[in-house]
Amino acid sequence: MSGACAECLRRGQLLSLLAANIDRSVGARAGERARDLLALGDRELAVAVAPTDWKAALATAGARARQAAAESGTGWVMCPHGPGYPTGLDALGRSQPHALFGRGDAGIVAGLDPDRAVTIVGSRRCGAYGRQVAHELARELAAAGIVVVSGLALGIDSAAHEGALAAGGTTIAVLGPGADRAYPRSAVGLYRRICASGAVLSELAPGAATFRWVFPARNRLMAALGGVTVVVEAAERSGSLITAEMAIEAGRTVGAVPGPVTSWRSSGTNRLLGDGAALVRDARDVLDLLLGPGSAPPQPSGPATTAEGAAVLAALDGGAATADAIAAAAGVGFSATLIALARLERDGYVRGDHGGRWTRTTLAEPGGAGRLI
Amino acid sequence: MRTLAISGVEAVPVDAEIDIHRGLPAFTIVGLPDAAVRESRERVRAALVNSGFDFPLQRITANLAPADLRKAGPGYDLAIAAAILVASDQLAGAPLDGWWLAGELALDGGIRPLPGALAMAERVEREGGRGFALPAANAPEAGLIEGPAIAPLGSLADLRTLAAGEIPAGPAPIASRSAPALPDLADLKGQPGLRRGLEIAAAGGHAALVVGPPGAGKSLAARRLPSILPPLSRREAIEVTRIASVAGRPSADGTLAPRPFRAPHHTISAAGLVGGSSPPRPGEITLAHRGVLFLDELGEFSRASLEALRQPLEDGEVTISRARGATTLPADFQLFAAANPCPCGYGADSPRCSCTAERVRAYAARLSGALADRIDLVLAVEQPSAAALSGDPGETSAEVAARVLDAREAQRERLGPDRVNASMTDAEIAASAGLDQDARAALVSGHDEYGLSGRGWNRVIKVARTCADLDGSRAVGADHVAEALALRRREAG
Repeated sequence: MSGACAECLRRGQLLSLLAANIDRSVGARAGERARDLLALGDRELAVAVAPTDWKAALATAGARARQAAAESGTGWVMCPHGPGYPTGLDALGRSQPHALFGRGDAGIVAGLDPDRAVTIVGSRRCGAYGRQVAHELARELAAAGIVVVSGLALGIDSAAHEGALAAGGTTIAVLGPGADRAYPRSAVGLYRRICASGAVLSELAPGAATFRWVFPARNRLMAALGGVTVVVEAAERSGSLITAEMAIEAGRTVGAVPGPVTSWRSSGTNRLLGDGAALVRDARDVLDLLLGPGSAPPQPSGPATTAEGAAVLAALDGGAATADAIAAAAGVGFSATLIALARLERDGYVRGDHGGRWTRTTLAEPGGAGRLI
Repeated sequence: MRTLAISGVEAVPVDAEIDIHRGLPAFTIVGLPDAAVRESRERVRAALVNSGFDFPLQRITANLAPADLRKAGPGYDLAIAAAILVASDQLAGAPLDGWWLAGELALDGGIRPLPGALAMAERVEREGGRGFALPAANAPEAGLIEGPAIAPLGSLADLRTLAAGEIPAGPAPIASRSAPALPDLADLKGQPGLRRGLEIAAAGGHAALVVGPPGAGKSLAARRLPSILPPLSRREAIEVTRIASVAGRPSADGTLAPRPFRAPHHTISAAGLVGGSSPPRPGEITLAHRGVLFLDELGEFSRASLEALRQPLEDGEVTISRARGATTLPADFQLFAAANPCPCGYGADSPRCSCTAERVRAYAARLSGALADRIDLVLAVEQPSAAALSGDPGETSAEVAARVLDAREAQRERLGPDRVNASMTDAEIAASAGLDQDARAALVSGHDEYGLSGRGWNRVIKVARTCADLDGSRAVGADHVAEALALRRREAG
C-alpha cells in the first residue's frame, strides 16, 4: 500500500486502534462529539481518549503503519499530502479525514469532483416507496454520468447502489468500519459488485471494528463527497438527517424526497422540506441542483402506447398497484388490463413484482409532459 | 375365512385360519398382530358366548396370513369368530364359501363399523368373491360397488342366517341426506381479478397463488373453487369416497363424497401433508385427491413440507418409502395458495406496515422461492371497497362452472380424457398449443424483455392456452399470451 504519507497512515491506524476508546469517550452523543474529536491532532486525540496509555498507542499505530506500508495488500490508500485526494473533502476543514483506505478503483475516488457526484441517503427501515425512488434516482443519475455516493447500509443506501449498478454507472460506498469487508455482512454481494466496478472507502484502517461513532463520522465524508445530498426517506431522528446537517455545514446543497404526510417513514424528509431543503421528485430535480437549472438532459421516452395503455399508466400514476385497482381506475376490463400491463412491461413502462403488484418505472410516454415520480 | 386389511388407501386380502386340537384350553393369534388384534381374543370369546355359541375349551390357534403383513385394528374379529364356529362345527362351512368377512365385535355380540368398507368391497369384487359380510352401518357404503352380494350384519347371531344360505335383512337403511350445498361464488363481491384468476385456475387445472392483505377474500375464494370445477365422474367420486372412508369418514348413507377441499394449517409437518408414519397413513394431499388443497400463508409453511409437495404436484401421486417397503397413494389435487404481502399482513407499501426492510426482504425471498417452479399464476388482490361489498352479488358458481366445463371439454378433445393444460408435456406444448402468428411473434420479441427461461415460457404458454380455451378459441392469440405473461410468477428483488 502506498500513496499516503507516514503521518496520515499512522492516523488511520490510530483511529482503528483507539476505536473502542473513542466510543467510550463520546458516549451516547456520538454524532456531535465524534466530529470534535476527529478534528484533533494525533497526540491530542490519543491523550483525550486514552489518557493513561496514549504514548503506547501512538507507538503501536506508527509501527502498524510502517508494517502496512511495507505489505502489498489488495487495497489502496490516499491522503491530503499525496496525489488523488478528493477535493470535496477539503470542505470539512479541520475534521477532514487524513488517510482514506479503499478497495476497488482508486481512480474513481481520485478524480472525484463534487459537482459530478450525488450522495443518496435514507432510512435502513425504508418502505417500498423509498426503495423504488432511491433505485430510480440512482439509476438515472448514474446513467447521466453522475457518481452515486452512499453508505452500503440496508434500505435506501443499498437501493441507491443497486440503481447505479443497474445503469452500469459508477458508485462509491463509504463505510464506517474498515473497508476490507462488507458492513452490514448481509450486503456482502453488493459490496463485491461495488468493489468490481466502483469503489469502497473508509477513514479507518482495514480490520477496524464497528462502533457507534464510526457512522456519524462516516456520514461527514459522504456529505462532503457529493455536491448534492438527497435524503430519500427518513423518519424523525434518523441518522440520515445528521448527514443532511453535515452537508449543510460543508456548504453542500441538501434535497429531500417528499412522502405521504401520514407516513412515519417520511416524517424526517417532510420536515427537511419544511426547513428549506430543495424538493427532489426525480433525477432532473437533482441535476438542476447540481449543475444549474435547465442543464439536465431530456428524460428518455419509450415507444407509443395504446389508449388502454395510457389509461393504465394514468391509473398507476394515481397510486393503483393491483390489477384490480388499475382496472377500476382506468375503466378497462380486467383481462384487458392484464394484457395492457404485459405490453407496458415489455416496453419498459411498468414492472411487476413477485406478489403480483405493479409499479411504474420513470420511462416517460412519448410526447407526454413527463411525470412526477 | 377370508378377510381384509387396509394398506394405504387400498384393501389387501388376509386369510384367517383356525386350528383346534386337544390340550389345555388356550387361544393364541399369530401373524404379526398388533395389540388391538391380540385383544381380539377377549372380544371373540365374550361375543361368542353372549350370542349363544359355545367357546371351545381346547387349544385354539388363529393364524392371519400372509404372516409378514402387519395386522392392525379390530377388523379381524368377525372373521376369526366365524372361523372358530366353522372349525368347531357350530356353523356349516359350505354356505360361507366365497364370502368375505370384516368387522369389529362388541362383547354382547354386536358388530361395530370399521373404516375402509368401500376399499374392501372393491377388493372383494376384484377377487371374484361371492359376497361380503360386514357391519350393517358400513353396508350402504359397500353397496356402491356392484358385483358381490352385501350382507349387513347387526350381530354375530346373524351368521346363522348367512350359514343357512340366506342374506340377513339388516336394519332399515338410513334415509340418504342430500349433499350439503357447496358455498357459491356469488358471495364473492367485487374482486374481478380474483374471479378471473379462479376461473383460469379451475379451467386449466393450474396451481395459483393469491397475494393480498387479510380480508381480501383469499380463503373465501379458495373455498368456492370446488363449486366451479366440473362435477366428479362416478369413478372419481368412488375414489374420493374410498379415501375418505379409509381416513375415518365413512359414508353412512351410501352417498358419494363431494369434491374434497382441504385447508391444512401452516404448522403441519411434512408427514402430515404428504402422508407418513408406519404403516403409511394418507396425508392432506391424498385427502385432497381430485379436489383442492388450499395452503393459506404459503410463506409460513416449512421448507420441508413444501419440498415434499413437489413430486406429488408433478406425478399426481405420492410414494412413501419406509423400512418395510414403499406405499404409493393417490394425490391428484389442485393447489391454491394464498399469502400476505409481508409478515405483518398490510404490505410494505402501506403506512400501517410495521415490518423492517430485512424482514420484508427475507419474506419476499421465501415466498418467491416457495414451490417456485410449480405455481403457474400469481395475482395480487386488495380488500374490496365498501361499495363493492354492499353491491349486487357477482356471477354464480353455475355460470362460471359452465364456462370452465366448456374449456375442459376443449382440453379433453386435444389432450385426451382427464387431462388439463397444466399437465401438458413439453412435446404437447410444441405440438398442440396452437400459437398463432401474432402470439409467436409476441413470444419471440418478448423473450429478452421478460427475462424468462425456457421452462418459464412453457408455463406462460400453458396459461395462455387456458385463456384461449375459455375464449372458445382454437388458436392462442397474442392477447392470450399477454394475459398469461401478466399473471406469471416472478422472482423477488
